[in-house]
Amino acid sequence: MTAPLDVPGSSTEAVPEATTAGLGEKAIQGRSLGQIAWMRLKRDKWALTGGVVIVVLVLLAVASVFLNAAHIIDPDTFHSELIDATFGRPTGAFGGISLQHPLGVDPANGRDLLARVLVGSQFSLLIAAGSTLLSVLIGVVMGLLGGFFGGWVDGVISWLMNAFLAFPLLLFAIALSGVVQQSAFGLTGNALHVLVLVFVIGFFNWPYIGRIVRGQTLSLREREFVDAARSQGARGGYILRHELLPNLLAPILVYTTLLIPTNILFEAALSFLGVGLHPPTPTWGGMLSDAVINGSYSVDPEYVLVPGLAIFITVMAFNLLGDGLRDALDPRAR
Amino acid sequence: MKRRKLISVALACAGLCLVSACGGSSSSSSGSAAFDAGNTSIVNASDATGGTLNYGMTNQFDSVDPGNTYYAFSWNFSRLYAVPLLSYNPAPGKAGENLVPGLATGMGTTSADGLTWTYHLKSGMKFADGEPITSADVKYAVERTFAKDVLPNGPAYFQTYLANAANYPGPYKDKDPNGLAAIETPDDTTVVFHLSQKFSDFNYLVANPQTAPVPPAKDTGANYQTQVVGSGPYTIKPGSVNPTTGFSLIKNPYWKSSNDPYIKQTADQINVSFNLAADDLDNRLLSGSIDLDLYGTGLNTAARSKVLSSAQLKKNTDAALSGFLWYYPIDTQVIPNVDCRKAVEYAADKTLFQNAYGGDLAGGDIASTVLPPNIIGYNKFDDYEALTQPGGDIQKAKDELAKCGKPTGFSFNVAVRGDRPKEVASAQALQTALAKVGIKIDILQYPTGQYGTSYIGSPSFMQQHNIGMGTYGWEADWPDGFGFLYSIASGNAILQAGNSNISMLNDPQVNNLLNQAAATKDQAQQTQIYQQIDKIMMDQATVLPEVYAKSLLYRPSDLTNVYVSSVFGMYDYTQIGKKSS
Repeated sequence: MTAPLDVPGSSTEAVPEATTAGLGEKAIQGRSLGQIAWMRLKRDKWALTGGVVIVVLVLLAVASVFLNAAHIIDPDTFHSELIDATFGRPTGAFGGISLQHPLGVDPANGRDLLARVLVGSQFSLLIAAGSTLLSVLIGVVMGLLGGFFGGWVDGVISWLMNAFLAFPLLLFAIALSGVVQQSAFGLTGNALHVLVLVFVIGFFNWPYIGRIVRGQTLSLREREFVDAARSQGARGGYILRHELLPNLLAPILVYTTLLIPTNILFEAALSFLGVGLHPPTPTWGGMLSDAVINGSYSVDPEYVLVPGLAIFITVMAFNLLGDGLRDALDPRAR
Repeated sequence: MKRRKLISVALACAGLCLVSACGGSSSSSSGSAAFDAGNTSIVNASDATGGTLNYGMTNQFDSVDPGNTYYAFSWNFSRLYAVPLLSYNPAPGKAGENLVPGLATGMGTTSADGLTWTYHLKSGMKFADGEPITSADVKYAVERTFAKDVLPNGPAYFQTYLANAANYPGPYKDKDPNGLAAIETPDDTTVVFHLSQKFSDFNYLVANPQTAPVPPAKDTGANYQTQVVGSGPYTIKPGSVNPTTGFSLIKNPYWKSSNDPYIKQTADQINVSFNLAADDLDNRLLSGSIDLDLYGTGLNTAARSKVLSSAQLKKNTDAALSGFLWYYPIDTQVIPNVDCRKAVEYAADKTLFQNAYGGDLAGGDIASTVLPPNIIGYNKFDDYEALTQPGGDIQKAKDELAKCGKPTGFSFNVAVRGDRPKEVASAQALQTALAKVGIKIDILQYPTGQYGTSYIGSPSFMQQHNIGMGTYGWEADWPDGFGFLYSIASGNAILQAGNSNISMLNDPQVNNLLNQAAATKDQAQQTQIYQQIDKIMMDQATVLPEVYAKSLLYRPSDLTNVYVSSVFGMYDYTQIGKKSS
């Protein structure tokens, strides 16, 4: 059996690209594809930066949970003394930046922007990650099944994908979030709203990755190593798990990192429409829509800048990492 | 009764006038440009004529057709080309709320039983095509507003109050040559309305543009708005109406100022441009290429800060009360205990509400009553320390909570229009303030489009979702207590969808008082009744008032005869002209 992708300890006979490092006096060592990919990724400074930024963001989001609980940051307290209601902006310069409020305050109620961006990151990242995970999970399973079994299974799954793709997702999201307001599944408040958003965004986005996986599976299942496994008596389930899935890891990984920023933006779009978490819970998209609908951008551009930059940095970081991963895992794509 | 959809305004000095100058003599008092001068005096009073006025707006008319429009600005502006039977006195302040003759020679005369109202038309009034205006044109104009399938926008008061009229389909379907029996035209200058019930405010009804004459031969239904035949000092320039870009008015050559002294023919032409971007409109207004924002809701945030920080520009602005009340109805079915409701009244931080709506100049004055100051019947009182302790009275709120048997607080939901950041900010202010006494609220956001019909306007939805309060705004179709209160206070006005009596107030005493007000002709008694109803609503804590809304209006310095109409809550468009440069 051959599994071209990383199976720990095993070496592969086909190394797709000569490694430049191997030409010197050092003994030539066999490297797994995983090692090669990691080596390439290390050389890609942009991708690494993206990765580091993501780690920092996640750490900040996690830290903000504790900081908020310990009242070190305070996203909800009003400081009406810091704002000028008539002009619709904070009294201080640059959006009311001060030692107490390093990023300024929001122009409507004078709440601390740093605290709101930090707490907002919890929800924005959680929703994006959760929904991405859901999409990937459903998409991979459906794509694998359809691609591998073909016939009527593939027919049904392909039809489902088309149906989901044709679904007016935004309208559905608005309707569902409007209906599920109070408590459901034994959950209330933010936990419920996050769950609903994860479900709505995740459940309706799976066909995209599903199609990619199905296409890859279609071509992979005709390859020699699958025939070889089959000829030795391996069954469908085994082939799916041990022969096909490892080979699909690269596209799945890449697509996942690219889907996360899409979902962050989607969450922002939903907040923009007033769907999503209930006030006063901050989300990046919610802050942005607040600033834009209210016309704050013209008098208090900092209020647009702060959540806007947060979204920009996060989306950028994931995109850089995703691109880097794709280059590293699939050299032919260059 | 329905609320007029747009913002209308009231006057800063209402009720019992605080400034002596603002009362009676205002029609002659002329002011020079100063901040708020347009609220109490006519700025740049002048008889200058000529020139072209260029008006702009971010939106567009629902229809230019006087029989098919329901916006305050449009009721104000349409009087230039479509004169109703009665109109409002062209004067700043309270005096502007008095009715004056329009097409009619005077106020209607009513029969002993109060069910018949008779109006006589002035002689010599002519349409812009030279044809004389007859009572048949007025009758036809009212009749066509019954055809809601063709002209859906206007209010439906005539359907409610005219005798046997509710099912009249309008002249397009009804082929009876006599038309609607409830309106009689014994001769060419007399119109008689027969009512199904006593309605002492009927004069206000005929002051809305639905009574502006329409010649039957020229009516083309929904399309009439492109070829309205003018009956005032102006007429619509033939072929100029484009529903997305605007229209122009030119002079009606047959109009004589001696026949209608309450309206002015100043500029040679008036152009109206639709659908300008808000900030663009403000900039053009400040630079002088646009003369007025016709919508009348005031400057936007960017222009506001620019204007208010320059003394030179600020003197050309008026912070005009719009006649709108922003408030929270408190649903008495969801929160049945009056003491619990009072706790909410005391705990709410009214300063934060004012901030949420844009401060004291652009947002409004903190409100303590249901009736705003421009309404006849307004009487200043303050049940819950809104004016004396606007930050909220925690102790009193806790006392009320104890009385209502929930000393540690209770919880309910609050509805807001999610796409209106001011309302969302207001709800968060409420949330913060109520949390201090243990009242927990969750804010539910709904789309504006269906808000008034299916969400806050549906009593069963409110109950199912435990929604005790919701952000809301209200103004009157005419400036007295009946026009403002009926829909939000009468138990008879409660509807299962599109309900405006969100408090679900069904108090026999209030219902009775409203009936009395409709039946009496005594204005002093009416005024007293409206005050009484206001007091009951506040005592019962069925309404948590936020602000009497204000708009920061800008008047370029070369405009003449500019002042705020207390009825419409914006400048009176029937008097404005332009200085010759």
